[in-house]
Amino acid sequence: MSLKLDEIKNLIKESMPDAEISIKDLAGDENHYSATIKSKLFSGKSKIEQHKLVYKALKGKMGNELHALALNTMEI
Amino acid sequence: MDENVKKRISELVEKNQVCLFMKGTPEVPQCGFSMAVSNVLKVLAVDFTGINVLEDLEIRDGIKAYSDWPTIPQLYVKSEFIGGCDIIKEMFESGELQKKLKEKDIKYKTN
Repeated sequence: MSLKLDEIKNLIKESMPDAEISIKDLAGDENHYSATIKSKLFSGKSKIEQHKLVYKALKGKMGNELHALALNTMEI
Repeated sequence: MDENVKKRISELVEKNQVCLFMKGTPEVPQCGFSMAVSNVLKVLAVDFTGINVLEDLEIRDGIKAYSDWPTIPQLYVKSEFIGGCDIIKEMFESGELQKKLKEKDIKYKTN
């Protein structure tokens, strides 16, 4: 199972339109990614809440179609 | 989620002060992310219990619903969900994890 880099980006953009996203496909297998995401929506939220926002944007794909997405979230 | 599974997980996180839900065991982790968190705890010489979710499908699915968190590993300290791999690594590097352990009165190595 895999998920294309652009698909991940689009899903995040859909629910977090202001997000600045940079994603790397770590292994070139469309299954292990690392992402840095900056958004105003993260402000005032704990890291757990910030990551949950991203997981929610991915609509249940995290842990299923998408095996690994290392997250680094920042508020702007 | 299933009440029995919920109860089982509650008991695990209550009984084990530092409880890591992981793929594999602290001795033989089966996934790089689980290994990373396990290693952080080892470096800090924290006494922790690893729960191998690969041996228990009920817990593997259940813990995701219990924490509302889609991935493994997951670290609990005194029944509080602390985070997954990225958060634990980040907290370790910033010293926040050590602060959290201190707050929760969990012994760890200080240097």
